[in-house]
Formats: sequence, structure tokens, C-alpha cells
Amino acid sequence: MSLSMAGALNRGLADALEADDRVLVFGEDVGPLGGVFRVTDGLTARFGERRVFDTPLAESGIVGTAIGMAMNGLRPVVEMQFDAFAYPAFEQITSHLAKLRNRTRGKVELPVVVRIPYGGGIGGVEHHCDSSEMYYTHTPGLRVVTPGTPEDAYHLLRASIDSPDPVIFLEPKRLYWGKSEVDFDAGVPMDRAVVRRAGSDVTLIAYGPMVPVALETADAAREEGWDVEVVDLRTLSPFDDETVAASVRKTGRAVVVHEASGFCGYGAEVAARLTERCFHHLHAPILRVTGYDIPYPPPKLEEHHLPNTDRVLDAIARLQWDDQVDGVVGVA
Amino acid sequence: MTTVTSTGRGLLPTAEPLALLTAAGEPVAAPALPMPGDEVLLDLHRRMVLGRRFDAQATALTKQGRLAVYPSSRGQEACEVGAVLALEDRDWLFPTYRDSVALVTRGVDPIETLTLLQGGWHLGYDPYEYRVAPQCTPLATNTLHAVGLAHAARYQGEDSVALVLLGDGATSEGDTHEALNFAGVWQAPVVFLVQNNGYAISVPMSKQNAAPSLAHKGIGYGVRSELIDGNDPAAVYATVRDAVQAAREGGGPTLIEARTYRIEAHTNADDANRYRDPAEVAYWLSRDPLDRLEAYLRSRGLLDDARRDAVLAEAEAFAAKVRDGMNADVEPDPAELFEHVYAQPTPALREQAAQLAEELR
Ligand SMILES: Cc1ncc(C[n+]2csc(CCOP(=O)(O)OP(=O)(O)O)c2C)c(N)n1
Repeated sequence: MSLSMAGALNRGLADALEADDRVLVFGEDVGPLGGVFRVTDGLTARFGERRVFDTPLAESGIVGTAIGMAMNGLRPVVEMQFDAFAYPAFEQITSHLAKLRNRTRGKVELPVVVRIPYGGGIGGVEHHCDSSEMYYTHTPGLRVVTPGTPEDAYHLLRASIDSPDPVIFLEPKRLYWGKSEVDFDAGVPMDRAVVRRAGSDVTLIAYGPMVPVALETADAAREEGWDVEVVDLRTLSPFDDETVAASVRKTGRAVVVHEASGFCGYGAEVAARLTERCFHHLHAPILRVTGYDIPYPPPKLEEHHLPNTDRVLDAIARLQWDDQVDGVVGVA
Repeated sequence: MTTVTSTGRGLLPTAEPLALLTAAGEPVAAPALPMPGDEVLLDLHRRMVLGRRFDAQATALTKQGRLAVYPSSRGQEACEVGAVLALEDRDWLFPTYRDSVALVTRGVDPIETLTLLQGGWHLGYDPYEYRVAPQCTPLATNTLHAVGLAHAARYQGEDSVALVLLGDGATSEGDTHEALNFAGVWQAPVVFLVQNNGYAISVPMSKQNAAPSLAHKGIGYGVRSELIDGNDPAAVYATVRDAVQAAREGGGPTLIEARTYRIEAHTNADDANRYRDPAEVAYWLSRDPLDRLEAYLRSRGLLDDARRDAVLAEAEAFAAKVRDGMNADVEPDPAELFEHVYAQPTPALREQAAQLAEELR
């Protein structure tokens, strides 16, 4: 079936609600309106106000009460309306959601999913376009998941709801509307990256909103004579060292791409891990293509901030190709 | 819509704190709630004596370096004990760092109670065994957990109630307001007990709040509120019991402000002389909650020296048990550091566990 990511997520929520009475969906405007991105469209009508409901407008309250509900046997799936509006819930997420299992020596399990639409590229005004993944990936005890396709969105959401650990589920806003085929029996596992496109010369490592950019770049790179492999991380924490390192050992070159600022960003962690694991296979330093180290820009300027195919191609060009027989001389 | 409690009042608290006993231990004229039964009063007395002795023992152990830190609740025993005895086994307690006496009153093993402050692990007991949430340090965050848990209880058709404890300072935190609002909108079976002990570390009430009372904050959320004398064990027990009963029967949440006083410094690490007058402490020592109850019980002929001595002896034995338990050097296992981060340790955590194990070989 061809579905948008929003549609696939909607179907994932509906199937989870159908499968388990302990699953509740709540947040701001998720009821009759169906969420500002319509991800919860029709769920209140189908499952009733008891299962799918609007809460008072208070993010800490939403996550804090979800924690209490999970302590008492429920499986809440809550929506934060936008990335930057999840910050009021930060204390509940980092001090309690992430830590309660550990604090209680495993006695208290919190199967809570916090869905957060994130990232830019949709012409949003300030506070609506943050890439906040590192705040969560830096916090032990959280799983952080971000799909790059509608099919992954469906399966990763179902897996996240079934997970015994709390999951920060980051939904790339700019991919909400793009449609593609969804196989409901595909069975996508959590915690595993996937090679979206095989190649032999260089590995592009991307996730969420940058997956299509990486794939476009791979197509464009063909014309330059580079055979590009694209790895979609899908789960940012825990990190799938195995899949990513295997790819980089094969290609010997890697570029990490993300929208968030580069400084102390996710790409730094990926580059460090790969350097530790693949150093002797590398022909070049691992490069990062990221947003600038600036607050998210206004809509008319965001195109200058966001990584695009040209920038990723430039990075590939800088990967010291001169040691290749038929290589292009780079400017490393 | 006006919601009326079984005490007959509406959303607003009384102007003066509700009490059943005067500071001298005499029954007040025309009490708002019936006096608890004799058995309850004697149980309150016994538990308050045990709690006070436990608290003194924990303070002593801290001076000996056995506890990393101890926030004493001396002077607040009417709240610590009265509120907990008002709960049924199926109810839940959400305590703070200050509420160790509430934990032992609830029946949590005293050594397990002190594991957090002793530094062995963040929590020593199983929350589900006692229906006691972990003691909460990030102020007011537990108010939301209590509301969520209470809502889930009702969702699942249970009639259990959640009681959350918080301090006067914690009422200024945003989470308190979000929790009161959620509780009001959901009519969740939850009771908020604010132990107003006068200070948030060094900051007095005058810098914390401009409302006529902390209990007045309930009205803005449609939550019934009570202002009570927090050094009157009978009043604390009766009010919390009444609020719990109302919540159980679908009457929604209640906010209770109990006026009490922190006799000791904030913790052993704090110097209260820097911010408060010893005369103030002396005044509150003259309003001691245990003296008050003893005076009443003696006037009723329910307590004599023999009974009191028996309770004191029990308290000594309890303290000895705490001492022995805390003096036994039980070293926590470093391997456990990696075990409970996720349901299953991740590959990276397994590597790190192996690394630490190697270092310790
Ligand atoms: C969110 C947060 N901010 C600050 C602190 C540090 N702190 C610990 S106790 C305390 C005072 C709390 O006062 P109150 O709520 O009146 O409770 P009490 O300690 O008097 O029982 C402060 C500021 C904290 N634990 N959590």
C-alpha cells in the first residue's frame, strides 16, 4: 500500500491501540483535530476519548503523567506538538523517564513513547524546526528512533510501543507527506541501521530528514564516478556499530549528514566511533555535513542552513581520492 | 459547579488552619471533622515515637559518616505519620527526600529506606511491594507521577488513591501547577499534601508565595483545598482520610496545606542559623506534635507512663536495628551499574561492563 509517513504513523497508532488495551494516545490537539500534522486523525472517533484524548496544554504534565500511568501498567504514547515545545518536558524526560528503571534497580519499567515532530525544511517560523536529537541521545536510558521512510515509520513505531524501554520517537516533519510503498509484514527491527543503497567507494551516513538527501546525492555522485553507499541509521540510540562499521570498513570513506548543528552534534559521535573501530581501513578523515552552529534560521534563509546534495557532494570530493587508481584529485 | 467536601466546605480553604486539638492538647470546640478513634490515636502516637527515634538515629548516623546526607523531618511527625496511616494498603504514596519517616511508617524496611541516603543505590526497596514511589528529589516532579498513576488506576477500574507529598518551596515549581490542573480536569483520585515547614532551604514563605495561603492555589484549578494545623496529628489524619475517601468515591482531588515547622536545618550540611532566629525554633518546639498528642491521650486516660515506656523501648530497639543495619558494610556491586539502564544491556554497555570488570580484576 502506498502511504505518506503521517499515514503510516496513523496506521501504526491505530494498530497498536487495537492490539493492546493498555495503549493510550494523548497530547495537545491529538483528539478530534487529529494533531496539527494529522498523525492521530480519526483515532478518537474510532477508539473513544478514554483511549485517545486531548490534555491540558502542558508538556511536562503530559510526560509526567505518562510516567505515572506507565508505573501503573499502561503504555502511553504521547505527542509533543513540535521539537522545541518538548523542552518544558525535558526534566521529566531526563530525570525520570530515562532513569526510573535504573534508579529502581529494574523494578519500575516505563514503556512510554514520546513522539516528537522534528527538523526543518517546511518553512516553519522559529521554535518549530529544531533538531533536538542530541539532547536525548546523550541521555542513557532512552532509546531514540527516527524513521526515514513510511514503511520504517510504521514498523519502528509499533516496535517502540512494544519496547519495555522509553523511546523518543523523532518524526522528520519534512517527510510527513511524501508517499511510498509500505509492507506491513516487513518486520523492521529496532536498533538496526540499514544499508539503503549499496556502493563501494564511500559511505553516507544519514537519518530521518537527511535520508532522501543522501539518496539523491548517491544518484548525483554516479555522474562523478563515485559509487556511494547510503546507511540509514533509523535508531540513533543505541547505536548500531556493527552495520555502520562494516560499511565503512568496506568503503574506507565516510560522510555523516545531519540537519542539527555540527558542534557536539550526532556526527561527532559517529565519526569518533568509526575512527576507533575502522581507523586502519580509512583512506580519509570522516567528514560531517551539518547545519551551521546557529539557532535555526528564519524560513527565508533556511535553505542556506540545511545540508543539500551539493554540500554532500563537496564533502565527498574532499575525501582524498588521489590514492585511487582512477580517482579524482581532491583538496583534502 | 461547587464541589463540597464531606466537611461541608467548598473549594476554598478555611481562613484559620483546621485543628482537632489545640497546641496544649485539648479538643477544639466544634471540630470540622470527627476525632479519630482511640485505636488510631494510639497508633499515631506509637508511630510518631518510632518515627522521631528513627529520624534521630539517621541524623546520628550521618554525623558518623554512615549516610551521605540526611534531611530530617523532626517536628513534622504529625504529617509524616498522620498522612500515611490515613492510606489503605492499595493506595500509593509519592514521597520526597524529606519523607523517610513516612516510608518507615508505611512499613518500608528502614535499611531499604536509607539505601538512597547511604549511597548504596538510588533506591533500596521495591516500589510495588509497598506501593511507595521512589523518594523524589527534583522538586514537584512527583506530583505529576501521582496524577498519572491515579488516573491509570481509575482507567483500570481500581479504587486506589495516590497521595503525593511536597514542600512549600515545591509549590512554586511549574510541575505543581500542571499537576493540580491535570488532576482538576481529570478529577483524578489524588491527594496533594503540602508540608509547609516554613522554609525552602533558607528561603522563607514570604518570598515564596503571595496568596493568602498555599491551599488557596487549589481554587484556580477547581481543586478542593484544606488548610490544616500540620502539628495536630488528629487533624492531619482526619483530613487526609477524608480527602482519600472522597477521591476513592469519585470526588476528585484535594490539595491540603499543613502548617508545620522544620526543627532541624534543611539537611545535616545546612546551617540554619544563617537565616532564621533561634527564638522561632523555640516557639515551634513549644508546639510539638508529639507532646500535643500525648497530652490529649493522657487527659483521656489512654496513655500512661507504662504504655509510653513500652513504646519508647520499642523505639530504642528499632533504632538499634537501624544502627546495626547501617553499620554493616555492604559494598554495592559495580557490575550492577550497567544492568538496569535498559531492559537488556546494549552491546556498548556490555563492552563497558567488561572493561570495568577487567579493571577490577
Ligand atoms: C527542581 C529542583 N530545584 C532545586 C532543588 C534543590 N533543592 C532541594 S530541596 C530544596 C528546598 C525545597 O523546599 P520545600 O519544597 O519547602 O521542601 P522542604 O525541603 O522544606 O521539605 C531545594 C531548593 C531541587 N531538589 N529540585
